[in-house]
Amino acid sequence: MKAGGRSGRLAVVKPAPFEYVRPASLDDAVAGLAGDPGAKVLAGGQSLVPLLSMRLASPSRLVDINGLPDLDGIEAGPDGVRIGALARHADVLASGDVRRVQPLVSLALANVAHATIRNRGTTVGSIVHADAAAEMPMVLRLLGGSVDVAGPGGRRTIAADDLYVGPMESSLHHDEIAVSAWFPALGERAGVAFEEVARRHGDYALCGVAALVDGDSVRAGYLSVCDVPTVVDLTDLAEADLGETALARLDPGDDIHASADYRAQLVRVLTARVVAAAREMARMKAAP
Amino acid sequence: MSEELHHVRLHVNGVAHDVAVPPRRLLSDALRHELGLTGTHVGCEHGVCGACTVLVDGRPMRSCLMFAVSAVDCEITTVEGLTNADDSLGPVQQAFLECHGLQCGFCTPGFMTTITAGLEENPSPTEDEARDMIAGNLCRCTGYQNIVKSVLRAAELRDAETTRAQP
Ligand SMILES: Cc1cc2nc3c(=O)[nH]c(=O)nc-3n(C[C@H](O)[C@H](O)[C@H](O)COP(=O)(O)OP(=O)(O)OC[C@H]3O[C@@H](n4cnc5c(N)ncnc54)[C@H](O)[C@@H]3O)c2cc1C
Ligand code: FES
Ligand code: FES
Repeated sequence: MKAGGRSGRLAVVKPAPFEYVRPASLDDAVAGLAGDPGAKVLAGGQSLVPLLSMRLASPSRLVDINGLPDLDGIEAGPDGVRIGALARHADVLASGDVRRVQPLVSLALANVAHATIRNRGTTVGSIVHADAAAEMPMVLRLLGGSVDVAGPGGRRTIAADDLYVGPMESSLHHDEIAVSAWFPALGERAGVAFEEVARRHGDYALCGVAALVDGDSVRAGYLSVCDVPTVVDLTDLAEADLGETALARLDPGDDIHASADYRAQLVRVLTARVVAAAREMARMKAAP
Repeated sequence: MSEELHHVRLHVNGVAHDVAVPPRRLLSDALRHELGLTGTHVGCEHGVCGACTVLVDGRPMRSCLMFAVSAVDCEITTVEGLTNADDSLGPVQQAFLECHGLQCGFCTPGFMTTITAGLEENPSPTEDEARDMIAGNLCRCTGYQNIVKSVLRAAELRDAETTRAQP
């Protein structure tokens, strides 16, 4: 390498230095994390690399899991969908089996970033990154899914309700790797719907809402409204009360993208829309 | 400060290159600085603008969001690799030339790689599909109209090429 051949050469490298390991087995990857309290997993890098380049994060070691075998599976069975840690958003979105078994996964994924980002970013990475503005953490929570993780002490399953503990914070331990995510199948008589409002298609949404209607039960999930992905029970409510009731249990935030008032209005409008659409899907399925 | 260098082999446009890079070297910077392939442009460096888009095993990806050390097991195609075997302009490049699909040209390499893969997947897009194909790339000059035309024209050129190739 012609090191130092050009002045200002180092200025082109924005992330702070880190040690890089690319293990070939899950055990080695876990050991790589356990061996350095400043270590982090590198999956698709579509959230992590911007954080590194802006120096909002500076881990001392990156454990690149892209060389691990057997983690890119996408399995759809009668009970639900299991998505491996290296399955890219694009491949999950392209799966007809996933769409059939749990259509909400596909409906939401179509709104995750642009196609180019989806080619590299992983669905499991998005789930454990725990961004309240992201689609898949909210969907996992609304559907009552879970994440399987591997650590030095073995494997455990974390239910979605126990996964999101704070803004951008999941309950994974520092030395654990998420190996897969599980989304339960859509019930035979159940319906789902998803809608979000973003400045441009593919941008992070100003507000997004998904609904799950199953028999009498009506629940809705919210992204970009509170600082963690949030689910609200809207069972037994009149159509006209849905938006206000949801709003009473949420706390829409203010930021440079939208005021709290505007978000509140989006919650009202989108809640009514997605609940109606999910009911319609359930009705169509029940029709002879 | 001495940083550990990793010796990696990058496969770019059909050629293997051995480089020694620190782990934090972005793929975009490795292409430009280590390999001298300055066709790949760097705008935002956080995944938003699309100028740095290259094909990784045929799929468009942001080279500013990958590290060179993790690009070892794949075949990378940059805008330099979009020319025909005889070095004449490839169909997407020719279409941009004919349709005035660029002004300053800063965004162009990212559009060309994205469109190349897009046409591979959908060889005859409608105008709406052409727009959708380029939705993840930003251009500050053209207003996109002529880029959409370029997508449609490139589809025609590709089509003509395939017809010609068939006996
Ligand atoms: C321009 C742009 C627009 C985007 N728009 C959206 C959007 O609209 N909606 C959306 O949801 N996302 C969006 N994203 C983010 C994208 O979906 C990411 O792919 C995703 O959030 C993270 O997945 P990743 O595989 O890239 O993870 P990485 O960036 O590699 O990792 C993210 C974090 O999760 C950890 N991590 C990742 N995988 C594991 C694992 N298996 N085990 C333990 N820890 C792990 C990492 O250590 C890191 O802290 C956007 C990204 C960009 C660049
Ligand atoms: S430079 Fe990579 S997306 Fe802008
Ligand atoms: S031609 Fe100038 S940015 Fe696109």
